[in-house]
Amino acid sequence: MKVSKRGILGVGAVAIAASLTLAGCAGGAQEPAKQTGSLTVWVDTERVDALKDAAAAYTEKTGVEVELVGKDNATIKDDFIQQAPTGKGPDIVMGAHDWLGELATNGVVAPLELGDSAGDYLPVALNAATYDGNVYLLPYAVENIAVLRNADLVPEAATSYDDMIAKGKAAGLAQPFVVEQGAEGNPYHLYPFQTAFGAPVFGTTDAGYDASDLQLGNAGGEAFAAWLGTEGKNGNAVFNTDVDGAIAKQAFLDGTAAFWLTGPWNVGSAVDAGINVAIDPVPSPTGDAAQPFAGVKGFLLSAESKNKVAANDFLVNYLGSEDVQLALFEAGHVLPALSSAAEAASADPIIAGFARVGQDAVPMPAIPAMGSVWQFWGIAEAAIINGADPATTWQKLASDVQGAIG
Amino acid sequence: MADPMIAQRNRHRLRASRMADLASGGPRVLITKIVVLGLVDAIALYAIIVLFLTSQWIVLIAVAAVTIAVNWIYFSRAKLPAKYLTPGLIFLAVFQIFVLLYTGYVALTNYGTGHNGSKEQAVSSLMASALERVEDSPTYPVTVVDQFGELGLLVTDPDGDAFVGTADTPLKEVPNATFDGDKAVAAPGWTSLSFGEVLVRTDEITALAVPFSDDPNDGALRTPDGSSAYLYTSSLEYDEAAGTMTDLNTGVVYSDIGTGAFTSEDGQELLPGWQIVVGLDNFVRAFTEESIRGPLVYVTAWTFVFATVSVATTFFLGLFLAIVFNDMRMRGRKVYRVLMILPYAFPAFLGALIWSGMMNQSFGFINQVLLGGADIPWLTDPTLAKVSVLIVNLWLGFPYMFLVCTGALQSIPEELNEAAAIDGAKPWSVFRLIKLPLLLVSVAPLLIASFAFNFNNFNVIYLLTNGGPRDPSTSIPVGFTDILISMVYKVAFTGQNRDYGLASAFSIIIFVIVAVIAIISFRRTKALEELN
Repeated sequence: MKVSKRGILGVGAVAIAASLTLAGCAGGAQEPAKQTGSLTVWVDTERVDALKDAAAAYTEKTGVEVELVGKDNATIKDDFIQQAPTGKGPDIVMGAHDWLGELATNGVVAPLELGDSAGDYLPVALNAATYDGNVYLLPYAVENIAVLRNADLVPEAATSYDDMIAKGKAAGLAQPFVVEQGAEGNPYHLYPFQTAFGAPVFGTTDAGYDASDLQLGNAGGEAFAAWLGTEGKNGNAVFNTDVDGAIAKQAFLDGTAAFWLTGPWNVGSAVDAGINVAIDPVPSPTGDAAQPFAGVKGFLLSAESKNKVAANDFLVNYLGSEDVQLALFEAGHVLPALSSAAEAASADPIIAGFARVGQDAVPMPAIPAMGSVWQFWGIAEAAIINGADPATTWQKLASDVQGAIG
Repeated sequence: MADPMIAQRNRHRLRASRMADLASGGPRVLITKIVVLGLVDAIALYAIIVLFLTSQWIVLIAVAAVTIAVNWIYFSRAKLPAKYLTPGLIFLAVFQIFVLLYTGYVALTNYGTGHNGSKEQAVSSLMASALERVEDSPTYPVTVVDQFGELGLLVTDPDGDAFVGTADTPLKEVPNATFDGDKAVAAPGWTSLSFGEVLVRTDEITALAVPFSDDPNDGALRTPDGSSAYLYTSSLEYDEAAGTMTDLNTGVVYSDIGTGAFTSEDGQELLPGWQIVVGLDNFVRAFTEESIRGPLVYVTAWTFVFATVSVATTFFLGLFLAIVFNDMRMRGRKVYRVLMILPYAFPAFLGALIWSGMMNQSFGFINQVLLGGADIPWLTDPTLAKVSVLIVNLWLGFPYMFLVCTGALQSIPEELNEAAAIDGAKPWSVFRLIKLPLLLVSVAPLLIASFAFNFNNFNVIYLLTNGGPRDPSTSIPVGFTDILISMVYKVAFTGQNRDYGLASAFSIIIFVIVAVIAIISFRRTKALEELN
């Protein structure tokens, strides 16, 4: 008797699991009703609330239901690429500009027409939103790294890299500057120094970055490598591959480091820890500007959207409005991409600081060839920091990347 | 008629069915059965409705068939074995067989970056991205209009004049259009569409391109949002009959040569392409592609070493501790046992992450605190990293072996021990000749399972070292502690290029390796059983 009961419960569980699984495979969501129309928008979970007002306003005006679906930032891109071709994906998805190469190569995004509003965005945002001559992204935020300075320890901004180290040492700190690295390096955070030596990754044409013009291995690149070697383990030991994000953060929060090269995402915890934070440009080791990468966040239109007209309208005319851009700013505290919203947000000195640094920033390349660069870049820099011969390591990096791009 | 045999048989049958009734329980059990099956059917029905609405016919049929089968099995009197097996079989089908078959299917395709959807989708995506807005052209306010079911655009040009055109007829001036402000909103003979109507006909409107003039080189007007239009020219032309794409700027012809992308004569591909079945190409690539073949050899060797050593060390440590804590003379055995099991109760991924922090060369707990400021590259030296991985895996894995061995040891009758002692056997001989063989009979299958698990122990490798330190001599991002599965992950998923086809082929190869080893080992185990 016991047995048969348990068997029934078992089969119940199985059937429930199985039908849910199968129904889940089928996408679950009902097909948008043809008459009223609806839009599905995939949004980073933390920003769902910021979009609620815009969605409600749009529904009220047009009768088009806007369904906001909170998604995990880490899986949103792959989920979108996999689901778009099945027709079950969203109409609009939140994303970053450096996904554009991959998304366009997979044919899952449709070009947008910003029309006359194109001029309302920050130039770097519009530049980043353009891939292969088409605008694919409606930008809402521009993110770049800058130097966070503990103004209680060092009251004045550093004028150069050497000045920064000197000011820090004068304040009695053994390790005044920290930047996150890791066993496989972190080229994103070292890029400002690299550009200061005049070595961008790719050359540029009118259509954007040119994959056939690899600039990484030029003379400037070698000079950067040599400098990195002297600042590495066997030299001044400023850079250390054992310092990861958590360790760098702790050093700054404990006050053992006065300068921290990081992004706006870490400002909150520094302010919360009671540190008097000032935002400075990245101090250059040469006379030239140290240009960080800019990452631009925005919204993309699915190529398989069945409601493209409404989606376009919602994107350009609602998500591109100052109100929405400011609401998204409130949710994430990252500089808005719309010029007027950026100006309003810059009332905050921290945001203004990042915005000032961002004026020098260059969009991170979105071309698929960049994937081949990331693969080798960090590992080579980590090796140089740990004492490998700078010139040969850097040349091997350039030739490996060239080989992988083909 | 009155055959006593038949009467007896009938009586037997009657008794058997009464017993079956009893066995299947009284009315309470019957009610439970009906309620639970009712719930199952309700959920299945809901699933079927959802599936019907989304036109998922194959899944719908599968759900319906399974539901009917389940009802039939559990309402019938007989089929006792089926009642036991059905839940397991359904799970097996959904979570194992389907996954395996699907992986096998993907391994035969070119699914990956650039080959993500159907050919139709690729063509429409290529055409969409080939549109180039005519430089310095203005924004044209438009109203979507309809005449006998044919859509047109009512366009206001920058001078304020109204034009109307359709997909087939270029723009023509409309002299007596109605204006709302500066924008023409209606034209005689045409019905203006409201925004709601525009949305309903989205498909037609996104496809609508109104030629600007008789000269196709002037481009066509398209409206992405139904209220403003822009002038575009296309840089690609698709010839459906010939299956070719022509680049209008360079004149290069890209044709479908059966590789899943439009390819020019000199081998340039237009991406996105589409998914096709490529047969065994992925398996051939797995063994022949230069960049993979080099590291494949030593990664495979290390995978075997990692799995074997992991099983051996965890087993012997677990066994040793089991014997020690099985000794009645030890005090506080229960406390120790709980402590021993802690690493097993701890989520493995958390354990691996903490270990990776503790093994950090300059800041880790081990170097800084335990070794008083030593500078040992636990995770960054090629050889030491392998040792570290094995140590961490030992820490994570021994409690399982400890549990298993404790259970197995306790099931060995104490009399054997006593008998051996009376015969004058020393403790070591008792262990080696009696306990170990008896233990292995029950533990050997678990050792094989443990080997298979460690062979694919992605978590520990990925979280502890991520396969590092990297091997600088190869051109793929493979490191010295990468095992096959983590190498596959890197080959298939690193950077912006996903190659699901190749990754699936590798998964199938790994499956075959593990399956072969398991089958051989199980054969051996059988021999072991017969020996005893």
